[in-house]
Amino acid sequence: MTTASLRLSRDDRPILIAALFILVILVAGTVYTFARFGSAPLLSPTYLLQQLQIGAFLGIVSAGMMIVILIAQIDLSVPWTLAAAAMMATSIGGPLAIPVGLGVGLLVGLFNGIGVAYLRVPSMIFTLGVNAVMRGLMVAHTGGYAPQTAATELMQTLASERTFGTPNALFVWAVVSVLVAVTLQRTPLGRYIYAIGNKEAAAYLAGVDTRRVTVICFMLCGLTAALAGVLLAGYSTKAYQGMGDAYLLPSIAAVVIGGTNILGGRGRYLGTLVGVVLIVLLNSILSIMDMPEAGRQVIYGLVIIFMLLVYGRGERVTS
Amino acid sequence: MPLPGPRMLDDLAIRARQNVGLVTAVLLFCILYLLYNLSHPKGFSPAVLVQNGDEIFALAMLAMAQTVPVLMSGLDLSVGAVMTMVACFASYLLTGAPEGTPLHLEIFGLYVGLGTFPGGIAGILLGMAVCVAIGTFSGFINGCVVVYGRIQPIIATLATGAVYIGIALFLRPTPGGKIDEDLNWAMTNSLGDFASTVHILDDGAAAWFAPFAWIPVPFVLLVLIALVVWLPFRRSVLGRAVYAVGSAEGAAYMSGLPIDRAKIAAFTLAGFFAGCGGLFLAIQTSSGNADIPQAGAYTLNSIASVVIGGTSLLGGTGGAIGSIFGAMILRVISFLFRIFDIAPLLQPLFEGLILLAAVSIGALRVLRVRNTLELFR
Repeated sequence: MTTASLRLSRDDRPILIAALFILVILVAGTVYTFARFGSAPLLSPTYLLQQLQIGAFLGIVSAGMMIVILIAQIDLSVPWTLAAAAMMATSIGGPLAIPVGLGVGLLVGLFNGIGVAYLRVPSMIFTLGVNAVMRGLMVAHTGGYAPQTAATELMQTLASERTFGTPNALFVWAVVSVLVAVTLQRTPLGRYIYAIGNKEAAAYLAGVDTRRVTVICFMLCGLTAALAGVLLAGYSTKAYQGMGDAYLLPSIAAVVIGGTNILGGRGRYLGTLVGVVLIVLLNSILSIMDMPEAGRQVIYGLVIIFMLLVYGRGERVTS
Repeated sequence: MPLPGPRMLDDLAIRARQNVGLVTAVLLFCILYLLYNLSHPKGFSPAVLVQNGDEIFALAMLAMAQTVPVLMSGLDLSVGAVMTMVACFASYLLTGAPEGTPLHLEIFGLYVGLGTFPGGIAGILLGMAVCVAIGTFSGFINGCVVVYGRIQPIIATLATGAVYIGIALFLRPTPGGKIDEDLNWAMTNSLGDFASTVHILDDGAAAWFAPFAWIPVPFVLLVLIALVVWLPFRRSVLGRAVYAVGSAEGAAYMSGLPIDRAKIAAFTLAGFFAGCGGLFLAIQTSSGNADIPQAGAYTLNSIASVVIGGTSLLGGTGGAIGSIFGAMILRVISFLFRIFDIAPLLQPLFEGLILLAAVSIGALRVLRVRNTLELFR
């Protein structure tokens, strides 16, 4: 074995550092809980599984967000795509609930993709507008109140029941993760995604239908947001206004902390996974510490800056 | 004065073509505002104008704030947070109590006295200066994180924005605080009311002053800030460097422009504008409120204003004046909802559709492109 193969690649370093940081959080949190309560909940598998179950929703959203960030775009319509999927699924009900919910996500993604890829409107502003439209549609649909309709049995089973002692939501997250990782690493679509993120014009000249790939990416992002919405509705037994608002910025943060370049073209799915776990653990420790919202926000911001200072620094433009 | 010869017309045509975004925004605003005043029962009256000015000012400031980083192809997701934080500071510093305001910090049960902030007129002026300075300083920090930390602006300001919101929440866990009533009255009404409150120009009764007395103070402030801060900056070396970085950073570097200083200046100026917005918001609402959804909505609306005002998100073209008109268009649209009695439930839908329609009009460019490669800039 040569030394070259032992050296970490540029994409692996962030993942390793973020994983180390997770360990630091776990150790520091355990020391804190042991000193204060004389117990170590962070090391108990039950507690960790419960935290990861809540983290699964963020994880699924982040998977889609990563795909869009990899092609150097962003999807700000996630909050109300998620809420719309949840509301439509609960109001349809029956066996069609989940397909309809996911369909809503695909449709929103298709619309986003057409606007960004064919109309060439910057995704930052187009998805922002779509988010407002979805919010408007849902507010008009529900009258601004929490919808009374309940999630179906299947949605609740998928989101909050357990199989072999493991929450089902974790299995869903695992399936999504495997699909996304395989797509990114092993399929032509994955190669196209990285190519577009690096230089769309070059990918186009190399014969990639970049616009169609962009549409597909936005549809995948809408699909994952919708899936998270359907599950979240199952977890809380119903849909509610603003249920997606808490997922937009954390999902972007998780993707970036995981080493994906916000300008696209670089990053591994494993990193996003690590980023999600990091954010979920950080959140759970802050709530164990009874940290007020003010302190949470400050720590949250400082952690993102700190992690990026360690490994996210860009190069200077010198030519 | 030379007659408008063919060359001068050419010049005008070129200038109009270069500023097509700005011209469109101004025209659109004029049409919408005319429509608004025609359908308002008290249209074209100073009272309506004053009310509009108060509702427009904070967003117009944030739109200017957002413009500067966007011009150098960055983005500042912390403008709403800076505004909220400054408003929370203002709710402590601008109480106007004659004996001054005692300040203290309480962290984890630790009580630290910080002395007394001066009261009276001097205290209010000092307080306003401190508030704007806080905004400017937080913008400076953003710039330093972006330049020396070499972190992408969008993600750097996402993180610093969380910190600023945290500070705002720390200051005002629940809405509250107080702003001096005279200050509130003087800043949110017409010039005449301003003069009579601060006792200048014979309490606003000076004969020559009468024709101007109806102008709302926020509009005067907006024009003043645009003329005194934005235009000189745009003409300075740093301002030109900001445009150059937005067009082609590599070329700007090779031309020897002060890139780092330009970037820091852009974010600092954004912080200054956002600070002014926060100061006014506090004065207008007479309180401080660490409202996270409101901060987010202001940030997103500032981006929308910038785009509607004709500034490209890719950087390099546009300007803060256009963004002011963009902000005014957004606000007038919501005024129109009130006039036409559109059900409040449908308003978010229309707002979104109008935003989408506005940005998609820019997409007509796609139809003119002959070489597909030109699309992938």
